[in-house]
Amino acid sequence: MAHTEWKDAPGLPDFSLLKRLARDQLIFLLEQLPGKKDLFIDADLMSPLDRIANVTILKQHEVDKLYKVELKPIVSSSDQLCFLIRPRIQTVKWISDLVNADKVAGRFRRYKIIFTPQKFYACETVLEEQGVYGDVTTDEWNFYILPLDDDILSLELPEFFRDNFLEGDQRWVTTAGSALRLLQSVYGSFSKVYGIGRCAKMVYESWRELMEDGEQRTRQPEFAKVFLVDRDVDFVTPLCSQVVYEGLVDDLFRIKCGSVEFGPDVTSSDKSIKVMLNSQDKVFSEIRNEHFSNVFGFLSQKAKNLQTAYDKRRGMDIQQMKAFVADELKGLKQEHRLLSLHIGASESMMKKKTKQDFQELLKTEHSLLEGFEIRECITYIEEHINRQVSMIDSLRLLCLLSITENGLLSKDYRSLKAQYLQSYGIEHLLTFANLRQLGLLEEQQAGETLTVMESKVGKLVNDKTVGKLTDAFSSLAKKSNFRALSKRLALVPKSGEEYDLRVPRDMAYVFSGAYIPLSCKLIEQVLERDGWTGMEEVTRMLNGQEFAVTGGSSSSEARSKTDAQRIVLVMFLGGCTFSEISALRFLGKERGCRFIVVTTAITNSSRLLEALLDNSA
Amino acid sequence: MDKQRMKLQLHLCVCVCVFQMTRAKPEDDEYWNSSKFKAFTFDDEDDEFSQLKESKRAVNSILVDEDEDEDDVERVSWSGEPVGSISWSVKETASSIRSGSEQSFPKIDTTPSLSKQGSGYSLSSLSIVVDSPIWFCLCSLSKDDLSPEETVRRMQKGRPFSLEKFRSLQDKLLLLDEAVAVYDGNVITAVLIFLKKSLSKEILFRELMARDVALRHYVHYLKEMGEQKLLLMHYKEHLNIKDEGRRRDFLKSCLSLPFSQDDATHVQDHYTLLERQIIIEADAEIFKKFPRKASILNMPIITTLYYSCFYHYGESEGTFSSPSNIRKTFRISEKQYILTALGARAKLKSWFDVDSLFNTKNWLGYTKKKSPIGFHRVVDILHKNSAPVQVLQEYVNLIDDPDLKLSGALKYKCHDVVINTYRDLKDRQQLIVYREKLERDSPEYRKIQELLNNVQIRWKN
Repeated sequence: MAHTEWKDAPGLPDFSLLKRLARDQLIFLLEQLPGKKDLFIDADLMSPLDRIANVTILKQHEVDKLYKVELKPIVSSSDQLCFLIRPRIQTVKWISDLVNADKVAGRFRRYKIIFTPQKFYACETVLEEQGVYGDVTTDEWNFYILPLDDDILSLELPEFFRDNFLEGDQRWVTTAGSALRLLQSVYGSFSKVYGIGRCAKMVYESWRELMEDGEQRTRQPEFAKVFLVDRDVDFVTPLCSQVVYEGLVDDLFRIKCGSVEFGPDVTSSDKSIKVMLNSQDKVFSEIRNEHFSNVFGFLSQKAKNLQTAYDKRRGMDIQQMKAFVADELKGLKQEHRLLSLHIGASESMMKKKTKQDFQELLKTEHSLLEGFEIRECITYIEEHINRQVSMIDSLRLLCLLSITENGLLSKDYRSLKAQYLQSYGIEHLLTFANLRQLGLLEEQQAGETLTVMESKVGKLVNDKTVGKLTDAFSSLAKKSNFRALSKRLALVPKSGEEYDLRVPRDMAYVFSGAYIPLSCKLIEQVLERDGWTGMEEVTRMLNGQEFAVTGGSSSSEARSKTDAQRIVLVMFLGGCTFSEISALRFLGKERGCRFIVVTTAITNSSRLLEALLDNSA
Repeated sequence: MDKQRMKLQLHLCVCVCVFQMTRAKPEDDEYWNSSKFKAFTFDDEDDEFSQLKESKRAVNSILVDEDEDEDDVERVSWSGEPVGSISWSVKETASSIRSGSEQSFPKIDTTPSLSKQGSGYSLSSLSIVVDSPIWFCLCSLSKDDLSPEETVRRMQKGRPFSLEKFRSLQDKLLLLDEAVAVYDGNVITAVLIFLKKSLSKEILFRELMARDVALRHYVHYLKEMGEQKLLLMHYKEHLNIKDEGRRRDFLKSCLSLPFSQDDATHVQDHYTLLERQIIIEADAEIFKKFPRKASILNMPIITTLYYSCFYHYGESEGTFSSPSNIRKTFRISEKQYILTALGARAKLKSWFDVDSLFNTKNWLGYTKKKSPIGFHRVVDILHKNSAPVQVLQEYVNLIDDPDLKLSGALKYKCHDVVINTYRDLKDRQQLIVYREKLERDSPEYRKIQELLNNVQIRWKN
């Protein structure tokens, strides 16, 4: 069951340092505005802030009251208002309105905006245009990275995905570069950097520029290699249903900033409980990477062990009992609590997953990945839409269909889109426009089909019968990069082979043995080859933009045997899923190295698609 | 200095700057270097740098100081937010506001606040000097500093810069291209804001057409500022209109927009739908016979159809609210129609209506049941609406796939279907097993008994 610890695992750097840095800078900034002040915090900054500071610390620096930014008129009697926000035009407009309203009312206050992780000129222009520049002071809190766990670092910027990939706005490129610079200046330089994707390239360039400007710190490097990858290199993986425990918890309950709220159906009481999910939770850390089907068995075994431990009490004399209570009981109780929570969560998952015809859904996903019985899949998706069940799931299946098939046939696209709009609202026209722009849901272009056909025309000549010819034509029209990539990289294991999920043989276990995440497979291959050589065809199908750079530190060869050389930092630009993290942890164990994931945010299929919805004002 | 006066002076100063600027030729650089404006250079590099250094010092001192109490770093208990966490505290503030009484209103600060005016330590007046408007940062720049490269570098680093010198179109575009070349979206947008203010729309767009990255930044900026009115964005405006009459009229005005043929149909549908919903809703006001959970306004087409099948079933096709009219108007597929009607009629337990949905007469006049959706799906829906066993049984029997049929029959306890299926499979063992699950002497039990005693049947086991 639970993997035995590998023998020579390198230790991980201590990332709590990053929290301290961020906290101390925040304190420094708060002190820049002496005296009592009310603090307004952007809603999505509250959880990250909670991870590094608490109210006591804020109060110590004369923060009087805390409010959530709601873009509504405020109720505050303080003479000093401080706003801790993401650099968003809308929020700055709201603040300008507050200031102007105060001016009209003849009220004098001091205002300070602390932008995090940085300020944008566009925001300052708003202050200027609204005539409050100078009334409001601005500052930057360079809180680039929040460590979510021993091996997960997050920029907590979910909007990175939409801004960069849909809107084509590169405002976060330097932010990502600055995050890497921060890591490098605190933990040492890297010997090698690989990457793929347009954004990855830009981030690398930005990071390099920053390093050239800043002072170099000579330190023993704590990472060997860095891999940068764009989310749009692999859209298939985040669109799949997650079946590894941590991913499933995220899909169903939504893990927010490393913590999850379990509702009454899990806690079997009338209260909801918030739980931190990380390596500190001993029960969770043993099941987080497991395929869901193994979790129940593991938990019940654990429950039995716990019972035995409790049972030891029987027949104890007073002295023994005293020792038991002092040494073991607390730990047991803690474990008991965690265990019952995770059992509750598993039960609730089981219930939800059978209710939604989860098996059918998974079957369809697997067929799409395999390219098998596509007509049946389309019928299933159509019925899914017709029944008006989960709007996001319908969209997810449509996107999976489109990506795996390199676009939908024109008649399918039109019919499915029309039915989708009928079921979920015509305003989703905008959503479809977004998906099309991103290449997530496309109509096959006649021209496109033709060029594919032209290139294969040589083969067709040999086919004698007309019937065969038309067959070849229709199958050619559907030939997609995903299929070719999947074949080339062996992403989909041959069907029919038994896959023992308890003893995973490759990263495919994170999707029930049906599919190896493309992103992770690329990382594996590049690390193995120490570059992109031999993968020319793969990168061509991924639209190029790959790179491999050897770092400046010449002494890296000498240190090649240190632990650091076996730590690989993977940065996902546009978000990463828990399934991918689990797959990388597995890969690390196989190869005797460890991966540290840096991501702009944790994502999953719902978050990814919700970022692209445009159906509300 | 008095704040008001300070501002006035600043304003004047800015005016002068701009005035001088328009007249100044590039050679007049010395003018800007003259000490005349020193007091008001928004440059104040020293100040900023010292601030920066200070924070750097602060940061570095942390790095060295490794001995600090580790506990402070992460005091997040496993059970989530402890009392005193930030989310908790914000909730507290919020609830204290909501409770609304005078006493629970946030207290007025009792600590002496800094005097607003005349204070030697006036942050706000300081800030005018330090954080000056970026456009007017006419600080001591040498000629080299004015190259696009140097300007963009300064912008990236947050140092003072001036864009006013980029007057010719060529210079402006060089600046823009430089910003694009360093991949810094923040700077690209800043340059675009400058170009927006200093170029006509036509010229700006003409140039942006050839610059995809810049164009996308510009469009996004306009979108965020709420200034953009591209085709679909214009259509999206309807979501901001609360009044349904005005929303309908707005949608009508969208009809003439040059959408693609495909999208034009959908927008037309949208208008027709809302128009229809308003009529139906007015009807409902008159009847008020059925208690409803929610209004039908702004619901999707299928939800509207469901509503119509629920409340207006059997109305003639001529009425706007009838299912058949809605089906026809919005070109709803047979499959979709059947699914929706089935859901609505089953919810009302009108099994007769359910029956007639699937009845088709062939040319001899026999009725036969046909369905564009699998009968296993039909059974599912009927079961979810707690249809009686007799009804379920009939539809379970119609399931084509033998495996699905058997599993359906077992799941919904349609004994007859189960028994007949085992009989047809000649599966004696399964019949015996099934018999044990039944009540003794129930009709089903007896039926199995009879079958098992039947010597005519050649069992396979």
